[in-house]
Amino acid sequence: MKPKAGDKVKITTSDGEFEGIILPRPELLSQDITVLKLKTGYNIGIENKKIKKMIVLEEYKTPVLKAKKLKPKADLPTVAILSTGGTISSRIDYRTGGVYADYSAEDFVAMCPELEEIANIKAAKVMSVMSEDAMASDWVKMAEEVLKVINEVDGVVITHGTDTMHFTSAALSFLLKDLNKPVVITGAQRSIDRGSSDAFMNLICAVTAAAKWDGAGVVVCMHGTMSDEFCNLTRGTKVRKMHTSRRDAFRAINDEPFAKVFTDGKIEVIKEDYAKRNSGKTSLRELEPRVAMVYIYPDMDPGIIDYHLKEKVHGLVIVATALGHVPTNNPKSLIPALQKAAKKIPVMICSQTLYGRVHPYVYANLRKLSMEVGATYLSDMLPEAAYSKLMVALKQKDAKEFMLTNIAGEISSREVDDCFLI
Amino acid sequence: MAKVKCGLEIHQQVDTKKLFCECDSIIHENTPHYTITRKLRAVVGETGEVDIAAAQEALKGKKYEYEAYDDNCCLIELDEEPPRSLRQEALLAGVQVAKLFKAKFVDEVQVMRKTVVDGSNTSGFQRTALVAYDGRIDSSLGKISIPTIIIEEDAARLIKDEPDKTTFRLDRLGIPLLEISTGPDIVSPDHCAEVAEKLGLFLRSTGKVKRGLGTIRQDVNVSIEGGERVEIKGAQDLKLLPKLVELEAVRQQSLIDIKKELEKRNVREVFAQIVDASRLLVNSKSKVIASALSKGGAVLGIKLPCFKGLIGKEVQPGRRLGTEFSDRAKVASGVGGIFHSDELPNYGILPDEVEQIAKHLDCGNHDGFVLVADAKNRAERALQAVLVRANDAIRGVPKEVRRANEDGTTTFMRLMPGAARMYPETDVLPIKITKQMIDSVEIPELIEHKIGRYEKLGLGHDLAELVAKSDRALLFDQFAKSFKALKPAYIAELLMTAERTVKRQFNIEINPADEDFCALLTALEHEEISKESVLEILKEKKSVKEVLNKYRMLSEGELLRELTRIIEESKGMPINALIGKAMGELRGKASGQKIVELLKKLTKSS
Repeated sequence: MKPKAGDKVKITTSDGEFEGIILPRPELLSQDITVLKLKTGYNIGIENKKIKKMIVLEEYKTPVLKAKKLKPKADLPTVAILSTGGTISSRIDYRTGGVYADYSAEDFVAMCPELEEIANIKAAKVMSVMSEDAMASDWVKMAEEVLKVINEVDGVVITHGTDTMHFTSAALSFLLKDLNKPVVITGAQRSIDRGSSDAFMNLICAVTAAAKWDGAGVVVCMHGTMSDEFCNLTRGTKVRKMHTSRRDAFRAINDEPFAKVFTDGKIEVIKEDYAKRNSGKTSLRELEPRVAMVYIYPDMDPGIIDYHLKEKVHGLVIVATALGHVPTNNPKSLIPALQKAAKKIPVMICSQTLYGRVHPYVYANLRKLSMEVGATYLSDMLPEAAYSKLMVALKQKDAKEFMLTNIAGEISSREVDDCFLI
Repeated sequence: MAKVKCGLEIHQQVDTKKLFCECDSIIHENTPHYTITRKLRAVVGETGEVDIAAAQEALKGKKYEYEAYDDNCCLIELDEEPPRSLRQEALLAGVQVAKLFKAKFVDEVQVMRKTVVDGSNTSGFQRTALVAYDGRIDSSLGKISIPTIIIEEDAARLIKDEPDKTTFRLDRLGIPLLEISTGPDIVSPDHCAEVAEKLGLFLRSTGKVKRGLGTIRQDVNVSIEGGERVEIKGAQDLKLLPKLVELEAVRQQSLIDIKKELEKRNVREVFAQIVDASRLLVNSKSKVIASALSKGGAVLGIKLPCFKGLIGKEVQPGRRLGTEFSDRAKVASGVGGIFHSDELPNYGILPDEVEQIAKHLDCGNHDGFVLVADAKNRAERALQAVLVRANDAIRGVPKEVRRANEDGTTTFMRLMPGAARMYPETDVLPIKITKQMIDSVEIPELIEHKIGRYEKLGLGHDLAELVAKSDRALLFDQFAKSFKALKPAYIAELLMTAERTVKRQFNIEINPADEDFCALLTALEHEEISKESVLEILKEKKSVKEVLNKYRMLSEGELLRELTRIIEESKGMPINALIGKAMGELRGKASGQKIVELLKKLTKSS
């Protein structure tokens, strides 16, 4: 019998005898090593060629997780937790390398017992994708799942990978029309198998917001600082992951967070310009996924625009420099290619500075792009928001008009001093 | 005394940058630049079979404050960035030590996360890796096995521990540590000290380890026959080790005696109901009780059947079984302490109150009881912990991790953790230990060998040991080889005592560089200066090269001229006075012998 990951074995090598549990070897590492967990808890690597004998002492049996049954409490609000994957919902069985726990409501409560005191939890696993793998069709699926439960609960929490959380939060903001309750997206920057994970506080705050916040709309709820003090509740179209690894990576851009949420249930409002919970009917918008986003850089090949046209994209988001420039007066000018594109499909301009607003008329080169080419300048809209909004816009009667209309707070009419680098 | 078995765990800081980041391994005492606050969760792993909810309850409300500096803490210490690769230089120090101990290497080093929820690691775990196994050293009482050689990161420094908040400083977090564990081969308190010292010497022989207070820490595992392995942490001073071992043996023997007595009394298991005794004590004179009740708390109690007289039994000087109950209660719920029946009436609790409580708890003549006054849920948790400890007493010695007190006694820290609290550090790639890597590291000369070698060079034993253990051992080796005309013992004496002697004689603090010693010895070797000038030169507190000229010895011609002048200036002076004057004036510029010789010649001829 060939020993498999999880089995307790005795290995005899030229160096001696080792007893322990066989662990899985990650695929990308060289396969000439057997990893053994010793009785002390330490793992060691043993060269396969040194192994003379290996006998299985005890075969691995999958553990049975016991979760206690939840009893609904009459006086508590109800919150649905939809899990979609990512760090916050991956728990690895280190004996086999497999992912276990499918995140039922019981699993969430077992992981974070405080939730039971905040709300009656309903939970569903919607999908299991790392967010870098998320596709536009996944956004649609999430929106559909929200719509399914929205009328039976007081709020929805979506647990999500953090890489593209801000793409999803924007997409859902446009896909869910007339959202009448909060949809709170949260995740984790540190894995949940460690005592220091940010997942627990993020989840507690997200459930609190879904249960109690008086706003309606899609928001992101993640750590406000490096400390475990509070989470920021930030508009889904004005939030962006601004750090690869810090807990407080999600920042409001050209905006302030709506509120700070604390683990003791307190919600401290910072900026009250949000739609309130209401009894209106929420519905779905559709999207057209064939949209491309092009990042502008010096000396770039204008052929990239032609490529996208050839691939039949239905809309282009140009992430331009500063106020909205592309190379204009040099041998590699993008103007001819964009002119060709704009005749066929909508061409949208936003800025790679992220902060501030694009402007179609300040410089001659800008006028060329706006007036000659006919590109649409998207004010202070974030590129990621513009990307999913254009997908939704393409299913509207007038895509350009839709793009220039403020749908979910993605366009702000005036900028004040306290929104920069906060 | 009962037969002791003990093993050591030495934690030695390695002198490199931090193990998983680019921060310098420096400890600070100045005001930290900023502070962050965190909470920790109970997670699967460290708790093993323990109910997570219960474990979480213990952590609830506890805050950890971390103080940080910009120059030696980065996002990695803050647990805000994944670790970099394990520092090669530190690993090589581990390889070197493993070679010294004749250990076998693992083929591939796997970095592990060891769950730690006392807050001393921002991540909630300590990164640790087994490098080598099955080593050994010799001792006066036989071979000591070294089952594991581990490289790991040091924890944050505890600054302040309050009931709801613990403050740590992050400067120490991440400094590479070598952990050397011995098998249970140590057989007495003195043997323990001997082995600890020897391990320390071995580690220092590598020249790659940090030195000074706090850079080496010894944990000791002690058990006696019929007892259990108890790990004692935090002995900063080697001298404390024998006492720790001795007092732990005493403790285990006392606990075994208590167990036997409980057996005699036929106690198999303690079941106890927590009873509220608050109403009996509403007018209590006890400050602790009055304060708890005034804050809306309660006085809760449990009966311990047939424990009378045993709770007050001393297990270590000044510490009773009741103290062990109290330690558990404090750790479990943060209460200030407990009252137990063997110490009452006392602390403001009156005899008739004791009687009433005993009656209320349904205690018979042989029963004892424990009381806790605090917020109700805290008091409950405290008593549950006491109950667990009381049941342990029936079985004898519990497996525990204990903290060393300054007087050699110990205090409960936590239960002995199992292997379940280790899981892989998936952010760091495993490292193969190749033959090339092992061969690239030389086995350093052991300090013991060095002492022997220096004695052969003519150094006395004490001086030889002093040099061998010092930072200047390498310098001494170079100098002893280069300066053939000088006695090695003289060189050693100079290197070891120069600073101290100048301080004592002239009250001047000096800090000579290696080049200064080199310049001095070169000049001595070529007889350009006299030995008498050496301290004079050093006390100038300047670069030796700069001041050397002033102290250069006179040539024979120059000396003759000087002496002639002195004779002429002091006509009629008796010869002995003349010698005194000349010696005074020409001190350091010529040898005394030469001055006398020439003066005699000159005065005779005139």
